[in-house]
Amino acid sequence: MEGRMKRMVLLVLRMVTLLVAISIVSFLLVVKAPIDPLTSYVGANSTISEEAKEEISEYWGLDQPPVERFLTWAGNVLRGDFGESIVYRQPVLSVIQERFRYSLALMLAAWICSGGLGFLLGVVAAVYQGSILDKMIKAICLVFQSSPTFWVGLLALSIFAVNLGWFPIGLAAPMGKLASEVTFWERLYHLALPSMTLGVLGIGKITLYTRQKLLEILGSEFMLYARARGESTWQMVRRHGLKNIAIPAVTVQFASFSELFGGIALAESVFSYPGIGSAATAAGLGGDVPLLLGIAVFSAVFVFVGNLAANILYGFIDPRIRENAAGGRDM
Amino acid sequence: MAGQGSRQPVLAVENLCISFGMYGRGMEKYELEVVHNLSLTVNPGEIVAVVGASGSGKSLLAHAILGILPGNAKMAGKLTFCGEDLDRAAQKKLRGREIAFIPQSVEYLDPLMKVGKQVLGACGRRERKQRMETRKEVFARYHLEESVANLYPYQLSGGMARRVLVAGAVMGNAKLVVADEPTPGLSESLARETMEHFRELAKEGCAVLLITHDIDLALQAAGRIAVFYAGSVLEIAPAGDFSGAGEALRHPYSKAFLQALPQNGFCPIKGTQPYAGNLPKGCLFGDRCPKRAAACAGNVEMRTLRGGEVRCIAAE
Repeated sequence: MEGRMKRMVLLVLRMVTLLVAISIVSFLLVVKAPIDPLTSYVGANSTISEEAKEEISEYWGLDQPPVERFLTWAGNVLRGDFGESIVYRQPVLSVIQERFRYSLALMLAAWICSGGLGFLLGVVAAVYQGSILDKMIKAICLVFQSSPTFWVGLLALSIFAVNLGWFPIGLAAPMGKLASEVTFWERLYHLALPSMTLGVLGIGKITLYTRQKLLEILGSEFMLYARARGESTWQMVRRHGLKNIAIPAVTVQFASFSELFGGIALAESVFSYPGIGSAATAAGLGGDVPLLLGIAVFSAVFVFVGNLAANILYGFIDPRIRENAAGGRDM
Repeated sequence: MAGQGSRQPVLAVENLCISFGMYGRGMEKYELEVVHNLSLTVNPGEIVAVVGASGSGKSLLAHAILGILPGNAKMAGKLTFCGEDLDRAAQKKLRGREIAFIPQSVEYLDPLMKVGKQVLGACGRRERKQRMETRKEVFARYHLEESVANLYPYQLSGGMARRVLVAGAVMGNAKLVVADEPTPGLSESLARETMEHFRELAKEGCAVLLITHDIDLALQAAGRIAVFYAGSVLEIAPAGDFSGAGEALRHPYSKAFLQALPQNGFCPIKGTQPYAGNLPKGCLFGDRCPKRAAACAGNVEMRTLRGGEVRCIAAE
């Protein structure tokens, strides 16, 4: 019990230090960036007088040194106030909240698609190692792995949406419909193409990794023993293979959270999907400092939670890790 | 019980050769023969020990019998199980059932699966109930508590792991048990206990092929001992012939081997076992043999001599 408490405290501590570091670095970057918060707020060709500008600047504390400004911002954040988004004219938190719902759906769909399909393809490729099937899967993976997201997105759009007309060209819901009237299926329909694009890009890595790990496991001594005891190849894979590659598979799958987050920025722009990625792009282009900082902090939390989930899952898969964590016993 | 089926051997190995496709410099490919013309029989109710130095390819014999050689291995020769041809299809059908394998160590168990489930093995739902009963009996026989079934391999002690592996082998009605180095890392008493298990199995009519580098251990349990050297068997002799300084033995290597043991004077012979790619012509022991003659460079066949078998033209 004591071990578990200690681990929890350490975990929280690690998360806090991570967030502090992320905030400082992003704040520094924004301060050094050629963005003038005042100009982006009032607009480049506003007719506002110099005096008024100075007043606003003083009100916001822009005349103070960066450290002071950071502390003011951090203090507000601690009270739950991330400020107001300039681009969307809404509190940053509510923008993130609303946008994240869309992005979460997109990422989840892509994640499940790439994880499930990638795992399956990897297992098949490993079992039929050296066959034409294996070579084909490997070739496809390498192609996907090396093609950029925006390019695959454009390709998917031009083939499936423009030429074939199977899927909508963009957005998260049909145009001109009230949000309350949009059905679940319509949402799914709009989600299909962007999530496929994102998912396909993740497949390569997961497939190749799963294949490699399963080959290693198939060559291990306990697989030799299983075969000597009369198990067929598929029985061996089912009984011993899947669980033993689960840990590395879970690791890559959850580690891909960060890549996924990077991928949505591009995918969402291509598909004009109103998620957090397109919001980040808009914030960057529009000099929306509060939103940019808010998204940076938020994405850090998201990726941290992804890795944490992987750590917790390990315990369910491997009894050795579970025992170590629960009892705090040293091996 | 051994009388049943008269004297037909459970396992007969005739002229077994195992080679590996290897890559030399560049893309040059060549075959490296590791096991050469190995012949051996194991009768019902008998323990035959194959004794040889570590790394001389003994395990390959076990893997060949079970049909679990790696993909780049080539096998020639004839395997017979209870008079029937033991080809790939037969191996697939028999292994885990009539042919059981006892591996070296707990490393051969899946680290993420409970021991009980592994002893049970892969089986259908209908078969499962029957096998659960069998497992209960087998566990009781080897003094394993039922709770051991719920442990993971890393939670087993050395002795428990050994008994679990033996239990896995006797779950089916094995007629042949192949044990590959079953005792390294075990204390003397545990090794003795394991040998006792093999003797019990043999008493029940099972044929046991024991592959080991430990001659003392082999002498404790085995009825016949096959001396393995550089990829082949040079002599097969009743265990009794190994007593004393080995005067009753037939092959010069067997005698030298016995005399090199600590209790027999610790007297080594010159040279080392030749590497598989660099074997002498004719007799494999030729380059180290004190009785070497010109004819030794020719083909030396296995022949019967004084109730044993030997691959030496000088032996008498």
